[in-house]
Amino acid sequence: MSALLATDVAAVQEAVRAGRPLLPVAGGTQTATHPDPAGPVRALDVSGLRGVVDYDPAELTFTARAGTPLAEIDAMLASHGQHLPFDPPRLGEGATLGGAVAAGVSGPNGFAAGVRDFVIGVRFVDGSGRLAMGGGKVVKNAAGFDLPKLMAGSLGRLGVMVELSLKVFPRPAATATVRFPTAGLPAGLAAIAALARGPVPVSALDLTPDGAVTARIGGDAGLIEVRAERLARSIEPRGEPLAPAAESAHWEEARRFAWVGADERLVVVPAAPRRVLALDADLHRRGLHRRYGLAANVAWIAWPQAEPAAELSDLLAAQAASGVVLTGPPLPEPLIGAATGGAFARRIAAALDPAGIFAGSAPAAGGAR
Amino acid sequence: METADLFTELRSLGLGERLLTGDAQLAAFGSDALTAFHQRPLAVAVVESAAEVAAVVRLCHRRAVPFVARGSGTSLSGGSLPVGEGIVIALNRLDRVLSVDPDARTAVVEPGVINLAVSAAAAPHGLAYAPDPSSQSVCTIGGNLAFNSGGAHCLKHGMTSNHVLGLCVVLPDGEVVDLGGDSTEHVGPDWTAMFSGCEGLFGIAIEATLRLVPIPESVRTALAVFDSLERAGDAVAAIVGAGLVPVAMEIMDPLAIEAAEASVSPGYPRGGALLIVELEGEEEVVEGELAAVEGLLRDCGCAEMRTTADPDERALIWKGRKSAFSAVGWLSPDYIVQDGVVPRTRLGEALREIERLGAERGIRVANVFHAGDGNLHPLILFDGREAGAVERAEELAAEILALCVELGGSITGEHGVGVEKREYMKLMFSAADLALMEDVRAAVDPGRLANRGKMLTPPPPAASRSAAAA
Repeated sequence: MSALLATDVAAVQEAVRAGRPLLPVAGGTQTATHPDPAGPVRALDVSGLRGVVDYDPAELTFTARAGTPLAEIDAMLASHGQHLPFDPPRLGEGATLGGAVAAGVSGPNGFAAGVRDFVIGVRFVDGSGRLAMGGGKVVKNAAGFDLPKLMAGSLGRLGVMVELSLKVFPRPAATATVRFPTAGLPAGLAAIAALARGPVPVSALDLTPDGAVTARIGGDAGLIEVRAERLARSIEPRGEPLAPAAESAHWEEARRFAWVGADERLVVVPAAPRRVLALDADLHRRGLHRRYGLAANVAWIAWPQAEPAAELSDLLAAQAASGVVLTGPPLPEPLIGAATGGAFARRIAAALDPAGIFAGSAPAAGGAR
Repeated sequence: METADLFTELRSLGLGERLLTGDAQLAAFGSDALTAFHQRPLAVAVVESAAEVAAVVRLCHRRAVPFVARGSGTSLSGGSLPVGEGIVIALNRLDRVLSVDPDARTAVVEPGVINLAVSAAAAPHGLAYAPDPSSQSVCTIGGNLAFNSGGAHCLKHGMTSNHVLGLCVVLPDGEVVDLGGDSTEHVGPDWTAMFSGCEGLFGIAIEATLRLVPIPESVRTALAVFDSLERAGDAVAAIVGAGLVPVAMEIMDPLAIEAAEASVSPGYPRGGALLIVELEGEEEVVEGELAAVEGLLRDCGCAEMRTTADPDERALIWKGRKSAFSAVGWLSPDYIVQDGVVPRTRLGEALREIERLGAERGIRVANVFHAGDGNLHPLILFDGREAGAVERAEELAAEILALCVELGGSITGEHGVGVEKREYMKLMFSAADLALMEDVRAAVDPGRLANRGKMLTPPPPAASRSAAAA
C-alpha cells in the first residue's frame, strides 16, 4: 500500500484515528522494521516532521521533531563541541532522530551509555490518537512514568513519536584508538574485561570472533597520545595505537556497519560477556559474519537475507537471547528470539494502543516481546 | 470479621509472627521520612523471600486489599505512606547481594539491600554502584528504583534507572515477570526503564540486575566560596560551558552551611555561597581538569578555594553535604524539603526568585542543591507550633514548584511525586498526559491496589476511560 504522509501532528492524529493499521517510517534506513508494501499495514511517513525546536548549547539539551535527520543534529551539535554519546548507527543518509530512538540501540562508540540514558522527553501520538507528553526538557526529572525511556526500542509500536528532547555531552576534542592483537575469543573476552575495568575510560570496546580487540578513548588533545600509550600497555599482549586518519576512518565505517554485506541483514543482539562464547559457537556453526561491541554487551550479526529470519530467531531463543533485525526487506516481526516483558508488556501495549493500530503491538502479534 | 479472615489467610502463607498487627508494632510504619503524613496500616507483612512477596500480593489481589511496599522508609515524598485499609509489605529482610560479575560489571541484588552495601560488595573488584542518594547508608535499592532516586553524583553517572539493566517484578495481581536482562543494550521497548520510577504503581521488584562502574583512579574535590549564590551559579554554568563534566557540583547557602556545621562540623569555609566541585578519572586528566576548573572559579569571582584528594577530608565534605537536610533540624523545629528542577542556565534567576518569595512571607529558606543538573532543594523552615505556619510554608513550597515549571523544569528531580506532589502533576502535564498515565496504570493494575494514592490522583469512581481521555 502507498505510504501516508504527515507533516504535522494533526495529520499524525488524523491518520491514527482513521483506525487502520499503520507504522511510522521516516528516513528509510531501518527497512526491516517497516511495513511490507504488499501487506495490510500502511506506512505513515513522518519525515516531514523535522527541524530543531530548541537548542541551548549551555544547557546541553535539545528538542527536535522526530523526523529530523541525524546528520543535521550531528552537525548542529558538532558546531558547539557536543555530540550524541550513544553514537546511534548510521545505516544511511536518511537516518533520523526518531528512528534512532525507535531502534533504541547504540553504535560502536556508545559504550559509556545507551540511547535510553539520553532521551529525557517525548511527545507522541498514542493508538487512540491522543497527543501526550512524558518526561520534560531538563536533565533530571522524576515526575510521572518514564515514557521517554519506554520509547527507546519501541520501533514505533507504542505510538508515533513526534518530538524528542535529549541531553548531550561535550564532544571529546581528540580521539585515539588502540588495537590489541589478542588471539582467540576467550583471550579477547579476558582483554575486554580488563580494559573495561581499567583506569583509562573507553568509549568503544570492540571484539571480533578471532579475539582481536579495538578500543577507543577521547579527551584533551594534549594528553591523548600519552593516554593511548598507557591503554596500549595496560594488558598483555600490548596493543598498538592506530594512525589518526586510520582511526577516524575505522569508526566512521563501524557506525555505518559497512562490514554487513548488501545481501545481509544487520541484527542487533544484547549480550553479556559470559554468554558470548556459547552464542559465538552457534553463530560460527552457521558461518555468520559477526562482531561484538560495547565490551561484549552486544552482538552485531549479519544474517543472509536469503535465509528466513525465523531460523536466527530460534537460534537466539535457544540461547535465551533477543534481537532486533534492522535492515533488509520488511519483516512482520523485527523483534526476534526470546520474548521479554511478558504480561507487563502486554498490558502497557494494550493501554497505549487498545485497537492494535500499530502493527506488532497488539498482544497477539508480539507485544509481549 | 473480614480483617480477621485476611490476617488468618496472611498467616497461613507462613508469615506467622512476621505478620505485625499490634498498635505498637504498626506505629513505626505509619510514616516515612515525610513525617507530615501518617497513616496506620491494617498490618505489616515482614517477608523473607521473593516467593512470599508474590504470595502476599496474590492474596491482596484476590481480596482487593491495597498494599504498599516498604524498605527503610526514607522517602521524602511520602512514597511509602501506608494505605489505611491496606497492608505494608516490608522488604528489608530481602537483603542479599546475590552475585557480582566483575567481568560484566554487574550485580544482582534483592530489593532490601542497602544502597551502600552494593558498593561494598563491588569494591573488592574495583567497582562501585554509582547512584548515591544522601540517605545511601540506610535506603534500599527497592525504594531507589521505585522512585528513580538520584544523588550528588548523578551529574556524570545519571539516576537509578540508568543503572538498572534487568528486573524480576511481581505485578499487582501477583504474576511474576522478567524485564530486561544482564546487558547494557536492550531491544524492544525498554520495559525495565518504564518500571523504574513507577513509584510502586506497577508492582514490586524482587530482584534487580545493576550496572557497576569502575572506581576511578583519582578523585579531587574543590571547595570554592563566593559572595553570592548567583555567582556560584555562574561558576557552574561556566564549568559546564567549558565542556567539563565534573562528577558532582553542589551549592550550599549560608543557612545550609550553618546547619551542616552545627551537625557534623565539616569545617567548610564561610561565605555567601559554597560550591563543591568533584572531578574523577585518570590521574593526569583530573589534574588538567582541576587546573581548568580552578581558573574558571577564579574568573567567576571565587573568594577562597581549597582542593583535596585526601579520602578522609573528602568524606567529611560529603558528610556535611549529605547531612544537610537532617542538619536543618538544628536551626528550625520543622521544615519542608523541596526537589524542583530548573534548566541549569536559569539557576541564578530561580535562586533570586526563591529568595524574594521567602522574604515576602518572612520565611527562612535554606538552599542546598545539585547545581550541575539544576536540581534545587530549598528547605523551607517553620515552626509547626505557630498558628498557620504549616500552611504558609506549604504555600511557599507550591509557589517554588510553580516557578520551576514556569522556568521549563520539573516538580521533582529525584524524590519522586509520592503523596506530596501529586496535586502539582498538573502543573507539568496536560489532562491528556495524565489521563494516558492513568490508563497505563489501570491496565497494569485495574484494582489500583499497588501503592494507591501515590503519583497519580485517583479518578472519581464514575470516570470511564473515554471520559478520562476526552
